[in-house]
Amino acid sequence: MQTNQILAMFGGALLLLGLVAFFLGRAKATRVRAGGTAMFAQPDQYAWFTVLTTAGPALLVSAVGGFALLLLGAEIPTLYLLAGSLVVACLGLAIGMLMVRSDFHARQAIERVIRFVLAGAALISIFTTLGILVSIIGEALRFFQMQNFWDFITGTTWNPGASFLEAAGRADEGGSAAQFGSVPLFAGTFMITAVAMLVAIPIGLLAAIYMAEFAPSRVRTLAKPVLEVLAGIPTVVYGFFAAITVAPIIVSVAGFFGFEASFNNALAPGIVMGIMIIPFISSLSDDVISSVPDSMRQGSLALGMTKGETIRDVVIPAALPGIISASLLAVSRALGETMIVVMAAGMRPNLTANPLEDMTTVTVRIVAALTGDQEFASAETLSAFALGLVLFVVTLSLNLVSVIMIRRFREKYRVNNL
Amino acid sequence: MSQSFDDISAQLKRRHRKSARLKWISMGALGLAGLFLVLFFADMLVKGLPAFKQAQIQVQVDYSEQASQLPLAAVNEDVRSLVSRGYLRLIPGRMEDNPELLGSTRLEWVLADGQVDQYLKGHHSKLKAGEQAVVDRLVEQGRAELRFNTTFFTSGDSKMPELTGIASAAMGTLLTLLVTLSVAFPIGVMTAVYLEEFAPDNRFTQAIEININNLAAIPSILFGLLGLAIFINFFGVPRSSPLVGGLTLALMTLPVIIIATRTALRSVPESIRHAAFGVGCSRWQVVRDHVLPLALPGIMTGSIIGLAQAMGETAPLIIVGMVAFIPDVTTSFTEAATVLPAQIFTWAGEPDRAFIEKTSGGILVLLTVLITLNATAVVLRKKFERRW
Repeated sequence: MQTNQILAMFGGALLLLGLVAFFLGRAKATRVRAGGTAMFAQPDQYAWFTVLTTAGPALLVSAVGGFALLLLGAEIPTLYLLAGSLVVACLGLAIGMLMVRSDFHARQAIERVIRFVLAGAALISIFTTLGILVSIIGEALRFFQMQNFWDFITGTTWNPGASFLEAAGRADEGGSAAQFGSVPLFAGTFMITAVAMLVAIPIGLLAAIYMAEFAPSRVRTLAKPVLEVLAGIPTVVYGFFAAITVAPIIVSVAGFFGFEASFNNALAPGIVMGIMIIPFISSLSDDVISSVPDSMRQGSLALGMTKGETIRDVVIPAALPGIISASLLAVSRALGETMIVVMAAGMRPNLTANPLEDMTTVTVRIVAALTGDQEFASAETLSAFALGLVLFVVTLSLNLVSVIMIRRFREKYRVNNL
Repeated sequence: MSQSFDDISAQLKRRHRKSARLKWISMGALGLAGLFLVLFFADMLVKGLPAFKQAQIQVQVDYSEQASQLPLAAVNEDVRSLVSRGYLRLIPGRMEDNPELLGSTRLEWVLADGQVDQYLKGHHSKLKAGEQAVVDRLVEQGRAELRFNTTFFTSGDSKMPELTGIASAAMGTLLTLLVTLSVAFPIGVMTAVYLEEFAPDNRFTQAIEININNLAAIPSILFGLLGLAIFINFFGVPRSSPLVGGLTLALMTLPVIIIATRTALRSVPESIRHAAFGVGCSRWQVVRDHVLPLALPGIMTGSIIGLAQAMGETAPLIIVGMVAFIPDVTTSFTEAATVLPAQIFTWAGEPDRAFIEKTSGGILVLLTVLITLNATAVVLRKKFERRW
C-alpha cells in the first residue's frame, strides 16, 4: 500500500475514534448527572477531555515514531507505527472514559493541555532561531575545516575557482587553488550600504522632522502610508529598477562628467536601496520625535529660540538615541538586502574605493554559491554558510544595540508607545 | 557694548529665515521621496503596459498532410518568419485532436513572432528590412495588429517571449502562500495568545519575546539558508517545491503575525476579561469566547500584511531552489514550482530585450496584487476598528 493511503486511513481511523470518544464521554457524563450527582464540569467538557486523551497520546506516539524514523534512521515500518498509535488511541479512550467522574475537574484538565500546546507553539520561534544558528554554524564549521579562518577574514582575493573539482576528488585537474579571502566582499557590502545610508538617513530624517514638527495633520496622515508603500515594494522589483533604469542613467551621467562607470556600478543598487530604506528611518524617527515631551519645546520657545533652533538644539538631541537606533536598524537591513544587489551589483569580487566600478557583496556571493548545480560538500557551497554566519552575527549585534538605545530613550522620557 | 535694536531685529530676521529654510528643506525631502515613488510607478507602467498587448497576424494556415509532419509548411513562405515558431509547433498536435482540419485552408489570426511584436511596438527589433516591409504591408491591410495578450495570463514560462506567461508562477505563489498561511497563522496566533494571555512573566517568556523581535530583523536570506540546511538537507523535503518554499516563508512571516496579534490582543480592554472571569469563565473560555473574537479584525489585518510581505519575498526562495523553469501549470505541493517574484527575477536575467517588457508586466501584476492586499488590510482595519 502507498504511504499516502496508509496515512489517510490512519487519519480517518483517528477521527472516527475521536468522534466515538466525544459521544461516549458526553453520554457517560450526562448519565451520571441525570443520576442526580453534581459534577465539576459540563458534559461537553468531559466529552472534549476524552477526545484529548484519545487523540493526544496517539498523535504524540506517531510523531515521535516518525521523528525516529526520519532522523535516527530507526527501522520501524510505517504500518506498525500507525497501528501502534491506534492501539494507544484506544487505550487513551478507555482511560479517558474511566476518568469521567463527578469529582474530576475536566475543564481544568483541558485548560492545562491548552496551556501546554500554546507554550509549545511559542517554542517554535525559539526553534527557528536555533535552527538558523545550528544550520549556519554547522556548515560554517565544515567550511573552516577546509579553509583557514584567518585567511577567510583577512584575505583579499575571493576566487572559489576550482573548489568544486576538489570536492569531486579531481583536485589535480583544476588550475589555480581556490582562495576564500572575504575582504573584497565586505568592502563591496560596506560601500553599497554606505551609499544607501547617504541617501536614506538625510531624506528619511528630514522627512520625519517635517512630518512631526511642521506638517499639518492632513499631510501627515496622507504622507505616512505613501512612504510606507516604498517599504512594501518587493525587493526584486527594486532590483530590476536599479539594473534597467537607474544604472544606465548613472553611466551616462558619469560619462557626461568624464568618468567611466560600469553598468554594474555600486551606486545604482546603493541609491535604490537607500530609497527603499527611507520609510524605515522616517517612520521610527517620526515616532521618536513626536514622543519628545512638549514641555521641552515649550521651555525652549519660552527662552526665545526660533522653531528651527528648538528642533536643532533641543528636539533632535533629545531624540538622538531613537534616531541612531533607527539608523542602525536601517544599516542592518541594508547589509542583509539581497535581491537589489544580486540584480544590479556585479558578480566580480573587487577591492576598490570607486563606487562607479562593479563590486560584489556578501549576499550576492551567498546566492551565487547556492544556485549553481554544485556538490553540496564543496568549499564554495559551504562558504555561503560562513558568509551567512558573519552576516548573522553583524546584523544581530546591530539589532541588539538598536534595541538597547531605544529602550534607553523610552526609559528617559517614560514613553510607552515605542 | 550694547547692540542697537536694528542689529537685534536683523539678527532675529536671520534666525527666522533659517527656521523657515529648515521647513522648506525638510518638506523637500518628503517631496523627493514622493517624487521617486511617482517616477518609479511611471517607469514601470511605461515599460510594463505594452506586455499586456501582443502582436497577432492574419495568415493562411494550410492544414495539409505535409504540415502535420513539418509544421513550417503550414504557412506561406513570405510570412513564415513572422509567425511565432512556438505556435507553429502546436499545429501537428491540433491536427491530431481535430481530424476534420486535415486538408483545409483557413484564414486565421495567429501569434506573431516576438520580433514582429517589438517592431510593432516601436522598439528595436532584429527584423530584416524585407521582413519589416512585409509587416508594414500587413498592418496597412489590417492583417497585423496588437491585441490583448491572453497568453501572458494563461501560459507558463517559455524561452520565446511571445509565449511566456505568469500562470505557472501565479499558481506556484498560490500554493506556496497556502502552505505559509496554514503554518504561520495558527502557530503565530497561538504564540501571541500564549504570550499575552497565559504566560507568566518569567525568564522563559522574556526569552521568547526577545527572540521574536530578533527574528523579525534577521535578513531574509538567512531564512533561505535555514530552509536549505534543515528542510531540504535534513528533513528531505523536495527542493524547489511549494512545500519547502512555503515552510521557509512561514518561519519568516511568523514574527509579523505574532507581533500584529499581540497588538490586537492588547487593544482588547481588561474590563471584558474581568467581566468574563467574573461570571466564572476559565482562562481559555475567556480567550476563546471574548478576547479572540474582538481581536480578530486586528489579527486578520496583520496576517494579510504578513502574507503580502511573504508574497514579495524572493531571496530565501532562490536559496531553496524556487527559480526553476516551469513551462506548465502544476498543482502539486511537492513538485518543482516557481513564484511570481522568482519569475520576475528569471525574466530579468534573459538577454532578449522583449523580456524587459514581460518582466515589467509581471511586476505590474505583482504590484497590483500586493496593493490590493494591503488596501484590503487597511479597509478591514478602518471598518472594524473599535475605540474603547
